[in-house]
Amino acid sequence: MSKTIKEINEKIASGKAVVVTADEIIDLKENLGAKKAAEVVDVVTTATFGPMCSSGAFLNVGHATPPIRIEKMYLNDVESYAGLAAVDTYIGATQASTTLGDEYGGAHVICDLIDGKDITLRAFGKGTDCYPRKEITAKISLSTINEAYLYNPRNAYQGYNAAANTSSKRLFTYMGILQPHLSNVTYCTSGQLSPLLNDPAYRTIGIGTRIFLAGTQGYVAWMGTQFNSAAPRDEMGRILSPGGTLAVVGDMKKMSTNFISPAVFERYGVSIFVGIGIPIPIIDEDMLNMVSIKDSDIKMNIIDYSVSEAPRPVLKTVTYEELKSGQIMINGKKVRTSPITGYNKALEIAHLLKEQIISKQFYLTEKLESFPAHNKLNSLKSI
Amino acid sequence: MKIRLLIEFPEQLATEPVTYNLVKKYDLIPNILKAHIDIDMQGLLLIEIEGTEINIADGIKYMKALKIKVTQIDAAISIDMDKCIHCGACIAACEAGAIHCGNDYKIHFDHKLCRECMLCIKACPLRAIQSIF
Repeated sequence: MSKTIKEINEKIASGKAVVVTADEIIDLKENLGAKKAAEVVDVVTTATFGPMCSSGAFLNVGHATPPIRIEKMYLNDVESYAGLAAVDTYIGATQASTTLGDEYGGAHVICDLIDGKDITLRAFGKGTDCYPRKEITAKISLSTINEAYLYNPRNAYQGYNAAANTSSKRLFTYMGILQPHLSNVTYCTSGQLSPLLNDPAYRTIGIGTRIFLAGTQGYVAWMGTQFNSAAPRDEMGRILSPGGTLAVVGDMKKMSTNFISPAVFERYGVSIFVGIGIPIPIIDEDMLNMVSIKDSDIKMNIIDYSVSEAPRPVLKTVTYEELKSGQIMINGKKVRTSPITGYNKALEIAHLLKEQIISKQFYLTEKLESFPAHNKLNSLKSI
Repeated sequence: MKIRLLIEFPEQLATEPVTYNLVKKYDLIPNILKAHIDIDMQGLLLIEIEGTEINIADGIKYMKALKIKVTQIDAAISIDMDKCIHCGACIAACEAGAIHCGNDYKIHFDHKLCRECMLCIKACPLRAIQSIF
């Protein structure tokens, strides 16, 4: 039996849709069997809340009188890219402050804007006949500027390698602190809750998919950068190393810093935690089987970050369940494991999205276009 | 019993052998976790002391008589739970095992195990961890 998204939306509208989270579906399938569960359940909600460096926001700050064609812009001393038209800019999450360094950056500017705080804008242009002004200082906030939308080129990684360090030196990385002599492992992704791990072949998630993004409804704008759908997979089609990614877009004016948060990784720099929730329509039994993925089904490679040449060696492949347990064995040695992703917040988002669908505030969308199935990555070669 | 004390020495007492007296006169076992003298010559000492209840009370009385400020604290480290997003980055830093992720997927801080190394302060992406020192 199969269901269309239109039928599922009709059930949502009539208050009859059955919606569960990606961890609740696991027991439900065990109890009912895949066939029955696929008939009963209409939507499974997935979510993630992790540091996603490839994030940022487009802002249109409005025209001044006399007008300026901005070529350089600083927001609270964080440079934003101004090489597009006169008053459009892109503030990247990882850009560091020129005065505070890594303790404040683009991610903080984005979250301060979402919190309604004032931001000091300083901008410069060469001055033209049509834009005579050469510099401006102003206070802006989310209510004084025109558009403000988050556009994150690469979020929601489909599986991400865990990290360790076999060297004798402590490493400070975007995967957090890696203690020397293989003393700990850090890992990302939200396991059985993770959006793309629940739809590994991108059957329902594609361009145009409506999602929960940082507290509001956003969209999948495109396949994310470094989209590696050709990554090795198991017999179920599940990814065995980092695979697909999502480019997402949403209105910052409707976001909440409950679901997006600036981050500073010591000696690495600024990043941003982004909360994403994606509903997966149970269109058939195959889809039900995919969303029933358990932490124990998810294989994750532990990579040695002390090796700088690619490919970094895989120290061991373990399951997400083992990583979540807090301790694993590598070469006969007990090694501590810890996350750098807010599983608790991901659960909250999955439940919130479920409530929003049940209460008819969130309807599902048909993807407008599918992602490519065999996309590979190129690498940068120096000359 | 074993308790953790934050001891603040006024300038004129920064060179007084208070810890020695705690051992000799009150039979206490001190374990100094952190010590610091600032530019105004005021001393700050974070210490764990072990001994009988009576001896600990007498030791504290002795210090207070010298006008030394003594405060019993859990740890110099504290996590601002309003800021914390429970990402777990601090767990990697804590080799003492004082921070762990519970079954509720939230961060739990066991101050008794904290060795005050302060690496968790650097590890926290939200800058939600602070120390008195």
